[in-house]
Amino acid sequence: MSRRTKLPAWADIGLIPLINVLLAFLSAGVVVALIGESPLEAVQVLIRGAFGYDEGVGYTLYYTTNFIFTGLAVAVAFHAGLFNIGGEGQAYIGGLGVGLICLALDHLLPWWALLPLAIIAGSLFGAAWAFIPGYLQAYRGSHVVITTIMFNFIASALMVYLLVNVLIQPGSMSPETRAIAPESTLPLMHEIFEFLGIKITQTPLNLSIFVALLACLFVWVLIWKTRWGYAIRMIGFNESAAVYSGINPKRMVVIAMMISGSLAGLVAINEVMGAQERVGLDFVSGAGFTGIAVALMGRNHPLGIIIASLLFGALFQGGAELAFEFSTITRDLVVVIQGLVILFCGALAYMMRGPLERLFAALSRSNQEEG
Amino acid sequence: MVTQTIQDPNRDPVSYSIQLAKINKHFGAVKANVDVDLNVVKGEIHAIVGENGAGKSTLMSILYGFYEADSGSIYVDGEAVRINDSKRAIELGIGMVHQHFMLVDNFTVLENIVLGAEGSWSLTSSLYKARNKLQAISDQYGLNVDLDAVVSQLPVGLQQRVEILKALYRDAKILILDEPTGVLTPQEVDQLFAILKTLKSQGVSVLLITHKLQEVIAISDQVSVMRAGAMVATVKTSETSREALAELMVGRKVLLRVDKHVANPGKTLLQVDSLTWHDETDVPRLDDVSFKVKAGEIVGVAGVSGNGQTELLGLLSGMLDVQQGQINIEGICIDAQHQMTPKQIRHLGVGHVAEDRHRNGMVGAFSAEETAIMGFQDEPEFNGKILQNRLAITEHCKSLMNTFDVRPADPDLKSASFSGGNQQKLCIAREMNVSPKVLLVGQPTRGVDIGAIEFIHQQIVSLRDQGSAVLVVSVELEEILSLCDRVLVMSEGRIVGNVLASETDARSLGLMMSSSRSGDQMVQQGSQS
Repeated sequence: MSRRTKLPAWADIGLIPLINVLLAFLSAGVVVALIGESPLEAVQVLIRGAFGYDEGVGYTLYYTTNFIFTGLAVAVAFHAGLFNIGGEGQAYIGGLGVGLICLALDHLLPWWALLPLAIIAGSLFGAAWAFIPGYLQAYRGSHVVITTIMFNFIASALMVYLLVNVLIQPGSMSPETRAIAPESTLPLMHEIFEFLGIKITQTPLNLSIFVALLACLFVWVLIWKTRWGYAIRMIGFNESAAVYSGINPKRMVVIAMMISGSLAGLVAINEVMGAQERVGLDFVSGAGFTGIAVALMGRNHPLGIIIASLLFGALFQGGAELAFEFSTITRDLVVVIQGLVILFCGALAYMMRGPLERLFAALSRSNQEEG
Repeated sequence: MVTQTIQDPNRDPVSYSIQLAKINKHFGAVKANVDVDLNVVKGEIHAIVGENGAGKSTLMSILYGFYEADSGSIYVDGEAVRINDSKRAIELGIGMVHQHFMLVDNFTVLENIVLGAEGSWSLTSSLYKARNKLQAISDQYGLNVDLDAVVSQLPVGLQQRVEILKALYRDAKILILDEPTGVLTPQEVDQLFAILKTLKSQGVSVLLITHKLQEVIAISDQVSVMRAGAMVATVKTSETSREALAELMVGRKVLLRVDKHVANPGKTLLQVDSLTWHDETDVPRLDDVSFKVKAGEIVGVAGVSGNGQTELLGLLSGMLDVQQGQINIEGICIDAQHQMTPKQIRHLGVGHVAEDRHRNGMVGAFSAEETAIMGFQDEPEFNGKILQNRLAITEHCKSLMNTFDVRPADPDLKSASFSGGNQQKLCIAREMNVSPKVLLVGQPTRGVDIGAIEFIHQQIVSLRDQGSAVLVVSVELEEILSLCDRVLVMSEGRIVGNVLASETDARSLGLMMSSSRSGDQMVQQGSQS
């Protein structure tokens, strides 16, 4: 027995997340005001920084690419009822895969031949890193939230060890691999535009944003159009119904975690093969965690994830601008906003539902009384 | 909200404890209550019957303050009142016992009753005061429960008594009981009815929401019948009959007994030999269970829920692993060494209508067509190389909906949006569509309307007549008796009775259901196969 009137679909999918994001920004505005700056001015700087000129747009989309990958990773796990907080570590280990294959073959293959191999390597390494928590969850009952957090630390320690002791360029003091040969790295967007005869400023934005969009399509098809997606959603909604239907939930948990990990691993395509052209320390820099906010805000749907990633990409880029323009505001404000978005879109996602439902009920009632 | 003041000239303000006048409530386009009037005489047991979706629950929710009516008025003891939340309802002396108990399992009876009505910051002193007050209530109404027992350890009948005590502790003068007998044995039902009669004699008005017409006849003073949101009749119980009530509920004549020929059993299709099963805490759930089901017969498993029926269905369908004993399906043996997955068992020709469709049989968030392929999701007809064949899935669902008259026939609608009867019809259609050799049916008509019950029973009988072996697990004795050819009675994980349905009745089944508790011998009646 539900005691509420149902909301129309557009309000449920579109309006509620929008209101939640606005509330998050409103709260962030209060924080800005408390610091002593004008929130209105801050918003202007932020938007101008993110979208106002081609370099800003480039950076915004570059960040967006990472967030799409990690957002999709969180979403796939979420459909299976799993909360994968290990995107950070899976992306980091994915970087190891992408780095190794690029460094091994970069003088032999051009980028377009290397890209599919790098995608396979990155996803395999990410999947392998997610396999262990997935297996432990399914067959040993260790909660995936706890194990994925721990695996982030293990990944970090492992990569520090490898970068400092094994993969470091001989004679270098900096814990990173040698650079990948230029002909084997992904073309940057300004190079592509130049080829088309348009001149734009150089940014780290590269071809991998298209890989990210393809990944969105892949996830959409996987989750809603295949029997594996059917099984993933079924264990997410109702595990005992899955048992009834002859689906092995344990096996599906492991598979879902591995798909999730492989998507996170693709962050390395953008970072290692595209932007940084090497494996460096902590190249994921929080994208794995931002993916959680992205998936929450995007309601675990690829389309929503693209929009949410764009928002967070803009926040990261505009936030940097903000820190540059205002001496009192640091980049940490972005973290504050990110936290507020998680708070409003995740923890308080249903806070606005009650009032909205009452509003819609009142509106439909008054309509009927008129009619 | 619009409050109309309706003065009924015939209204006598003293003799009615509750009056509802012209109550209207709609949800979007659905009119849940249309101009509903209800007058409950003080100190009477007033039954409200109707099919699922007839508006009984909405009406009670309005009375208990979950919803507010769009229009109409409520009078309690002759006073016009506005009930906007359940706190207000409780203040007015209205108490509600929900179908699914609202108890904290690991609290004691006393703690459960006091919860939410502590009355002071010190729990010790309020518990002390409550104990005294409850003692008085128990004495007055003859409701004996050990106040210090932990609720989870009480049998269901006593838990229900705790719910009633909870309401009386809050000084309820009007008690609403929503489907109170669903989980009780016939003996526990008798005890409940004795309690209700005592309450009645003490001046408490009882509103009984139910779909079991024989109970309405047995206990109530007045009956109101709802259909499609409207109150279609209010009659004195002594002046009506089950058949008349059923006809009022459905709007047409209804067959209460299943129309079927005598069974003509063929060869054994399902055989179970000394099946024993322990749960993870090593409590025996099934104890040396053996029986046979032959082609062309319907065997019913009767028993109070929680006596091993769920585990039996789980083992037969492959959802649980066999530990001891064996299952034979047309000569193919499943035992501890030869386990089979639900998928393999399905491929042997076993259909399984899950006992609890919300838990197993369907996924509420799935569209109907997705629910319609559960268990068959890997079949080649529904899959291309990579993608699911959505066209085939939709067509499949449409054809199931047609043959089983599922309404609305919309494959895209969320499974949870269908009424209980239509959900069940879809689940049964899915399992019967492949003409299984063995059909396992758990609670075939739980939460299903009378009209749909008739239909579901007919389908099960026609499957039997085509030569399938059917095993029906149900807690509704009436259903077991009218649908099945042979009845197995389960109690505490054992089969304690094996009788022909035509040679027994609810009373003797009820006795068997509780017999093993006193260590009685297995009851044998009629010819055993």
